[in-house]
Amino acid sequence: MSGEVTSSRTWKRPPVLLKNPAWRWTILSGTAIYLFLAISSVEVDWFRVYEGLERGWRFIQGFLTPDFSSRWRDIQTGLIESLTMTLTSTVAGVLISVPIGIGAARNLAPAPVYMICRSIITVSRSFQEIIIAILLVAMFGFGPFAGFLTLTFASIGFLSKLLAEEIEDCDSAQIEAIRATGAGWWQVINYAIQPQVMPRLIGLSLYRLDINFRESSVIGIVGAGGVGATLNTAIDRYEYDSAGAILIIIIAIVLVVEYSSSYIRRWVQ
Amino acid sequence: MMPGADAQTWRFRSPKQHLMRWTGWFWLIALTVFCWNLMTENTIWAFVADAPRQASDIGGRMLPPRWGYLSDLWQPLWDTLNIATLGTLIGVIIAIPVAFLAAGNTTPSRHFVRPLALLIIVTSRSINSLIWALLLVAIIGPGLLAGIIAIALRSVGFVAKLLYEAIEEIDENQVEAIRATGASGIQVIDYGIVPQILPAFCGISVFRWDINIRESTILGLVGAGGLGLQLQSSLSTLAWNQVTVIFLVILATVIASEWVSAKVRQAVL
Repeated sequence: MSGEVTSSRTWKRPPVLLKNPAWRWTILSGTAIYLFLAISSVEVDWFRVYEGLERGWRFIQGFLTPDFSSRWRDIQTGLIESLTMTLTSTVAGVLISVPIGIGAARNLAPAPVYMICRSIITVSRSFQEIIIAILLVAMFGFGPFAGFLTLTFASIGFLSKLLAEEIEDCDSAQIEAIRATGAGWWQVINYAIQPQVMPRLIGLSLYRLDINFRESSVIGIVGAGGVGATLNTAIDRYEYDSAGAILIIIIAIVLVVEYSSSYIRRWVQ
Repeated sequence: MMPGADAQTWRFRSPKQHLMRWTGWFWLIALTVFCWNLMTENTIWAFVADAPRQASDIGGRMLPPRWGYLSDLWQPLWDTLNIATLGTLIGVIIAIPVAFLAAGNTTPSRHFVRPLALLIIVTSRSINSLIWALLLVAIIGPGLLAGIIAIALRSVGFVAKLLYEAIEEIDENQVEAIRATGASGIQVIDYGIVPQILPAFCGISVFRWDINIRESTILGLVGAGGLGLQLQSSLSTLAWNQVTVIFLVILATVIASEWVSAKVRQAVL
């Protein structure tokens, strides 16, 4: 970042971003116009918001004095569904995404396989969990099985894409060396690729486990099982203390999963 | 990679490593099977077996898409964009101070303020925006405002987390140099830290905006405005041919926002 050298002794700070003044002004004025249009199109019923503040306060109170006991049976069922869904879908997702990930790596797969695997990844990544859950609940009926399929499907796109990128980033010297010993395709995968990507694959799987748990607490809203359904009911009935309890449990589990997964990842790498 | 103790043949792993690996795999499989059984306890397999027929039935209703419905979608689409953009903006504004309070090298107090900031980040990150929306719709009533705040609350944790990691990775020498000129605390942040994290900050914000577009398309499912509201009403009237149109609009929006965010990140990073 070189400031302009001028004859005067004062120094004016050069802009850090958008160094071209024309661009800067176009972008700034465009943003201002957009913000004006956007904010004016948002209709807010301030009276309703004011009324809601009291309810918001009750929710905060419920959050601070959570009621774990009166709905414990529902919460427990929801949690078991969420947790089992999380684990099984992550395992199934990893199992399916390993071959797809290998097929989507340009340095290993022939062109037709590459195209097929990449399109599977694109399809799986372009729709979010909730939309897939809506469709799968319509097909498979309510319950955690639809949730399991949803999370598996979403995991495939995520894991195979990142795995394929990792394989493409592999050190080609090692692949070359194994190939030079006369190894076949499987042996190249097993001795050159797998040791290089295994720590990353384990890390990604744990990360996906983390994401799947978070998602499993949401897809219940559209009927795919898990603690989200319980939460939805609690909020619908204005039982804020039970809702607070569920949220606290979700946050606690997310924390545990996140910390243990980052611990394991550090230990693996 | 250890050679076997006395054996002449080369082995990939020592026997002890082998044993540990197999035990690990055994427990993982046992746990998965256990979870699978627990999860599918209440699954009605007749529905699952019926799924292909259901799928073809729904598929038949979804096609051909009712393109006339597209004209009803422009307003919700605009609302969705506004929810995402305004939500991101508010979220980012809240996230900046939180990030500075959470970063180890800028926090005023390691023992009191930093844990509090981290707690804010964790709470915001572990609760999905759909759950935030569910809560806010119950509190301040359905509408765009609930969606905007939901997106904002979810974005705070994400942006603050990535931003404080960026702050912790800055080059301390530059900060030291600015401090040596006699700059005040604010000036140190302005001249020593901000220029170093600004590109990362822009990248993170645009990345979050991209995710928020994705998430705001479905917030309407719980009443928070946007495309999801139309999705909800089409689903509840079983108008699957309208659902197809909505899915396609969501897909196009998501692809467009991904393209924009990739371009912007290329430009600033």
